[in-house]
Amino acid sequence: MKNTPRASRSPRILRRTFIRGGVSAFTLTFAAPSFLADIARAQGARGRNLVVVYLNGGNDALSTVVPYQDPFYYSRRPTIAVPAGQVLQIGTDSTGRALGFHPRLTGLREIFNAGRLAVVQRTGYPNSSRSHFQGQDIWGTGDPALKLTDGWLGRYLQTLPDDALLGWSATQELPRALVSREASVPAIPNAAAYAFASPNVGAEAARERAAATAIASHLPAERPQLAFVNRSAQGAFATLDRVASVASYAGSVAYPNNGFGVALRTVAGAIVRGVGTRVFWVQTGGYDTHAGQGAAGGGAYSNLMGTFGDGLLAFHNDLRNQGLLNETMILQFSEFGRRISENGSGGTDHGAGAVMMAIGGGVRGGIYGTSASLDPAPSNPALENNGGDVKFETDFRSVYAKVLDDWLGASSTTVLGGDFRAGAPPIV
Amino acid sequence: MRVGGGIRIARRQGEAAYDVPPNGQADATMAVNHEHLGHLLRRAGFGASASELSALDGKSTFEALAYVMDVDDQPDDVDSKIGQPDYINVTARGPFSPNSNVEDARQRWLFRMVHSRRPLQEKMTLFWHNHFATAYSKIAGTFGAVQGTKMMANKAGELPGPQGQIETFREKGLGSFRDLLVDMARDPGMLVWLDGRTNTRQRPQENFGREIMELFTLGVGNYTEEDVYAAARVFTGWNLRLVGNALDTSGYYEFVYIPNNHDPTAKTFTFPIYPDGSKTIPARAAGGGMQDGIDFITALATHPATAERLARKLWNFFVSEEIPPDPDYLRGATGIYFANGTRIKPLVQYTLQSRWFQNPANWHGRYAWPVEFAVRAVKEVGFLGFSVDNMRAPLIAMGQTLFEPPDVNGWELGQGWFSTGAMLARMNFASIIAANQRFNLASAAAGAKDSPDTFADYFLERLSPAPFEQEPLDSLKAYLVDGAAWTGSTAQLQTKAAGLARLIVGSAEYQLM
Repeated sequence: MKNTPRASRSPRILRRTFIRGGVSAFTLTFAAPSFLADIARAQGARGRNLVVVYLNGGNDALSTVVPYQDPFYYSRRPTIAVPAGQVLQIGTDSTGRALGFHPRLTGLREIFNAGRLAVVQRTGYPNSSRSHFQGQDIWGTGDPALKLTDGWLGRYLQTLPDDALLGWSATQELPRALVSREASVPAIPNAAAYAFASPNVGAEAARERAAATAIASHLPAERPQLAFVNRSAQGAFATLDRVASVASYAGSVAYPNNGFGVALRTVAGAIVRGVGTRVFWVQTGGYDTHAGQGAAGGGAYSNLMGTFGDGLLAFHNDLRNQGLLNETMILQFSEFGRRISENGSGGTDHGAGAVMMAIGGGVRGGIYGTSASLDPAPSNPALENNGGDVKFETDFRSVYAKVLDDWLGASSTTVLGGDFRAGAPPIV
Repeated sequence: MRVGGGIRIARRQGEAAYDVPPNGQADATMAVNHEHLGHLLRRAGFGASASELSALDGKSTFEALAYVMDVDDQPDDVDSKIGQPDYINVTARGPFSPNSNVEDARQRWLFRMVHSRRPLQEKMTLFWHNHFATAYSKIAGTFGAVQGTKMMANKAGELPGPQGQIETFREKGLGSFRDLLVDMARDPGMLVWLDGRTNTRQRPQENFGREIMELFTLGVGNYTEEDVYAAARVFTGWNLRLVGNALDTSGYYEFVYIPNNHDPTAKTFTFPIYPDGSKTIPARAAGGGMQDGIDFITALATHPATAERLARKLWNFFVSEEIPPDPDYLRGATGIYFANGTRIKPLVQYTLQSRWFQNPANWHGRYAWPVEFAVRAVKEVGFLGFSVDNMRAPLIAMGQTLFEPPDVNGWELGQGWFSTGAMLARMNFASIIAANQRFNLASAAAGAKDSPDTFADYFLERLSPAPFEQEPLDSLKAYLVDGAAWTGSTAQLQTKAAGLARLIVGSAEYQLM
């Protein structure tokens, strides 16, 4: 049995040391004292992690989850529509509309059929921004008014006992969602490159590292920029050795040899090696498909779906093989969906309603939310922007709330700064 | 127009005079000191080389500014130094091809940053590269590596076809912003990057129309979705045509206006397009329809929101990321921008001359971008025997690959540079350059080997970190005697010189410029 305890500092450290390695023994004992059972439960909750997968650029939801019986889908997308005969059928939503995955998502359909994948259609927020950057900030902060500047996941991590590896972004830059006032989240796209270099060797290199660590420990309140950079340096020093334990991880399955696959394998390594990370961030780009999406289920968009679906299938299977699926939830999102009608360059412009997915052993699979009729008639309430875009139905913050409350065991009202639980799809 | 009491600057024939108002201006006759000069050259360039420091020693602030600002007074000969001894190396894989091979284009640009005698020119080129952030990979993915590199970096006259986007920034980065916008709207790289080449009246394509308002000029909140649709229609027909063979370095793409693809109907916006306040670009025959775009760009360039946005970006770039722009600065800067017909040079000069720029409280108040950090480290630690190509992989790990901004919004600046992984990459680059320069550093510092104190002082003077406070300074000096007492032996100097340079260049103090 695999545990991922960890945390690090202060009051909890004693308790954690006490628990490590002993949990399974206690949980097998019927007469375990109740305080130990409580601790074991709490630790079980702490073992859960969240892997956020961000499709950068505004994913074309209508090509991912295709309403293949809607005649307007075909009339408004004469060249880029996925032919009905090619979609991977996943059934119908609560209103009876038939839906199918993009043909390159064979792996995700396997997971869907196993009941571990939830599709949440038409996610978004009122007055959806068509700007990538505003959209990213809104999804990142969880605040369409953008009064909040830190990220929703950063605020969640702040509620946990401090540790340098609570969050792990497998990107070069730290995404807004993981920005927090207190917790410094490392950006580690590739664990193997995350190592300390010195012009000298042996004991001299160790002296230099000790000096660098001492210099970085200086956090003058009156020099906030200096303190900020030193916190990053401290974060690096505090995580180097634990990350090194992940660098050699190969996985129980072969991962696709692309950036997304490497990042997912790195994340799996961190989960398997139990470095204690609670929130991971992985992203893959190319979704700003203004041109050349590809015809008849092929072309550029199909390649994007291949990268996305093949990577997630490998990750899912790797964790499943190692018995870690029940501790992991994958949550996928994108900053907006795209225009219903294709443009003149075989692509789609920025739109509104987006699709989210959740995958994991604890996920209640199925189709949530309703598919929009794509009829451009003004009387169609499911569209906005003069029939141009799919209108959101499920507030993305209600999905965040569900994940925070029922998966991570946090208080969504505290983290999100309000109660967004109403209308949350019961994906957990 | 002349503002009473201000400084009037016109030093070259053929260049119109421009006015800098008196408010917010520092005393220009004050003699510049070493610290001040270091600040000016870090911000307006990539750090001071020893020869720049000695050439400007004892000059007045005004003279130092003139050296930086009057780019055209300095020779444009940096490219001719590539491959010469006494300069940083480039690494050739086959013939050095900076116009058609993107790695070589990166090497050439980094070489220029290290050695140009026109530091502000390269600095503004980097500023505009971030502002009009265009990524090579999409262009190369569309038209191949040769055309992709040409569109980004072809130097005028070196290969047939238009000059690359970066070369346009070098040529016009201090000129009229309105003209630069027009050039960018016709720039082959931009027409691929934001899909303008596929924008037709039958099927308008919004990508460029949106970003020119959101990112290049007005900023979010100053336009509506309807404006985006109208803007897309304005640029219908702005396209590219191929001349020659795209697979050959002599073939090229150039801008072409295709009247048949242009939407000739009127376009109405929510903000004024013409000086009379009219918000509608009138219907015109398709043959003359390119004027739609010119009118629209002129309106954007002269919109107050654009002036303020540029002023804020220049403040953050040159003055401070720590404190927001002073209202007086914004008033002065936007006034200068309009008084000088959207020219950038007076705006930059106003900024560099301002009391906020001169104020020592704002020195070391900006987070260095990775290329700024790496180039300055090379200039200050040393470059003989080092190749700009050795900066390539470290810069990727630090989060900044030239010609490859993450998206059209450019890089995430300021604190955004300092993820733990990126900070580790900076520390590790400090290690690379320190190891490479071990012997040069040890012999250069031999005159300061008397004591750990003198040795440390030499390095803190030579490198230019923000001030070290006592506690980290003590750690730095303790390192010098960690492991063995100080003897000043050659072996000790070589070990500790490299280690100390690594510690300083890898410190937080050094990341603040």
